[in-house]
Amino acid sequence: MNESHAVAAVALVVVATALVGAFGLRVSRTTSDFYVASRTVGPRLNAAAISGEYLSAASFLGIAGLVLVQGPDMLWYPVGYTAGYLLLLIFVAAPLRRSGAYTLPDFAEARLASPGVRKLASGFVVGIGWLYLMPQLQGAGLTLKVLTGAPGTLGSVIVAVVVVANVAAGGMRSITFVQAFQYWLKLTALLVPALFLVLAWRGDGAPTRAFDEPAAFREQRTVRVQDTVEIRLAGPLAVTVHGRVDGRPYDGDRISLTAGVHTVEAGSRLRLPAGAPVPAARGAGDTALSDSASAPQGERPLHATYGLIIATFLGTMGLPHVVVRFYTSPNGVAARRTTVVVLGLIGAFYLLPPVYGALARMYAPELVLTGNTDAAVLLLPDRMIGGVGGDLLGALVAGGAFAAFLSTASGLTVALAGVIAQDALPSRGIRHFRVGAVTAMAVPLAASVLAGRLPIADAVGLAFAVSASSFCPLLVLGIWWRRLTPPGAAAGMLVGGGSALAAVSVTLVGPHPATGVPHSLLAWPALWSVPLAFLTMILVSLATPGRVPPDTDAVLARFHLPEEIGGGPGRKENTA
Amino acid sequence: MSHEPGQTAERPARVVVTGPPRRHHGRGRGAPYRPRTEIHEQTTLGHTYVRSLMRTQLRTALAVFAVLAALVAPLPLLFAAAPHGRVLEWAVLGFCLYPPLVLLARWHVRRAERHERDFVRLVEDQDR
Repeated sequence: MNESHAVAAVALVVVATALVGAFGLRVSRTTSDFYVASRTVGPRLNAAAISGEYLSAASFLGIAGLVLVQGPDMLWYPVGYTAGYLLLLIFVAAPLRRSGAYTLPDFAEARLASPGVRKLASGFVVGIGWLYLMPQLQGAGLTLKVLTGAPGTLGSVIVAVVVVANVAAGGMRSITFVQAFQYWLKLTALLVPALFLVLAWRGDGAPTRAFDEPAAFREQRTVRVQDTVEIRLAGPLAVTVHGRVDGRPYDGDRISLTAGVHTVEAGSRLRLPAGAPVPAARGAGDTALSDSASAPQGERPLHATYGLIIATFLGTMGLPHVVVRFYTSPNGVAARRTTVVVLGLIGAFYLLPPVYGALARMYAPELVLTGNTDAAVLLLPDRMIGGVGGDLLGALVAGGAFAAFLSTASGLTVALAGVIAQDALPSRGIRHFRVGAVTAMAVPLAASVLAGRLPIADAVGLAFAVSASSFCPLLVLGIWWRRLTPPGAAAGMLVGGGSALAAVSVTLVGPHPATGVPHSLLAWPALWSVPLAFLTMILVSLATPGRVPPDTDAVLARFHLPEEIGGGPGRKENTA
Repeated sequence: MSHEPGQTAERPARVVVTGPPRRHHGRGRGAPYRPRTEIHEQTTLGHTYVRSLMRTQLRTALAVFAVLAALVAPLPLLFAAAPHGRVLEWAVLGFCLYPPLVLLARWHVRRAERHERDFVRLVEDQDR
């Protein structure tokens, strides 16, 4: 692949982002501009900005990669990311906007008048935000590495620097413009190459092998294994090997591997015959988490699928960068209408990643063996079209991918900076917002450089599971149930979010692949941790009826009344 | 309470009442209209108004949620059981599920806004 086009495209996106941000710098004057763009963003612009911010590296690269490895089950991810907005709309959007708070901790405090719950919520916001930022930075590193061979950390550092500079300079106002711009950029960057790829596929006789199980090689192909992998074969497979397999050296020997697990060492080359099923790789790219997630299709139990559905459907409403966006709508009605437009925009976008996933199963199945499945979207144009056209389309995809990292990372950084500035630093001036922005980015950058790499979509799935088990019950019960108490909210968040986090940590660092039901229940905790969180919150609240905040009725009135009526006195004025 | 030396023993400790600044949208409504005032002054009657609105909105939300659950929950089972489950899965998850999501959202917004309009009309009719 000619890398100069791609590098130029990435540079262009970075510069354009910086320029649009600088334009925002000139209009961002007040503290309110910094935090909520002075609450003047209309539904169309705001919806494009929300969508631009939401479509992350996981959407842009991760889904196609997962579909490549695991087949159509993984299409639950984009469906869940979209349906999450429907649940956000029906249960949360308008009351959240009318609550007049800016962050989730603000909401917790406004509803429950408890500094303790506020602190707890801040902790969860920062934790979830960091979990979600890490894969964005890793995705940037991976993209640059695939395109140019640059060391993996370079892309992460570039994204981190651009985002912090942009956020610290312009705050929310400039970010709104940047993200609205990036939604359209991302859509174009996937749509245009997809059209050409589909044409190339038609020209190829429109094979439908993508829907076969399992994916198979269409032609003889030589695969160079970069990291040592364990492959699992469903049946015997004849391959020609240069390198070491199962500890034995081969030099161009044709051997027959039996069904079962085999170890292919780093640097080996395998030549696989046409029609061979693509082996399932385990442990590729040092991804402990993917053991659970990337279990070959067919072995994926139903309850894991339901766990994934619950996590993504309910987790969206608790993501810090999503929630913050609703405060920039002028009122509750606008917040609702914005959400509908968002559903349309992200739904349209999510029609594209499955196309790439299906094509990758036909034209780049060997990525499964090299452990670079997240790169499938980036490599397809070159693989299927080639020449200058392939280079240009590849450059467009690379630019779009960088837009994805930049926009999601920007949104998260704004949200985290707001929380850190308010809850960890003494006052909420602009200077502290900037300190918060640097802090928000520094930790995940360090973690992504130091720690091994998680598969992008899995790390994001983890953030969703924790969010669904902590903030979803807080928001839903806080908005609709007047008997919620501060101890109940705190207990529910700790038990739900804490156990989800603990369960996934156990599968991450715990003793090696326990399989079966207990393992997948730990790896996909939402199935039990969300009900547990709701139950704890309700039971503890019922057990502490004396702790219902005295002004609950006034607060709920403010949440639910239309602005033309609800704009009356705030709390505490008439209750005394 | 003013300072009065000599009463230190019985005098309750002074408490400074503070709170985070709240926005007030008071647009200078003068006359004491009834339901609106009931709501603002948080009488029992006012609470009844608010509760009824909340109940209506919650019912709409739960209806949408039920439709969504009925639509989505059987799908994994269907994909596992149907003879051409995989192909079906590609079609449904890749494409067919998005339009119903958007339609449900639009339906919900229409209903929720209508409830709010009705509520405002109710309050203002009685004000008159």
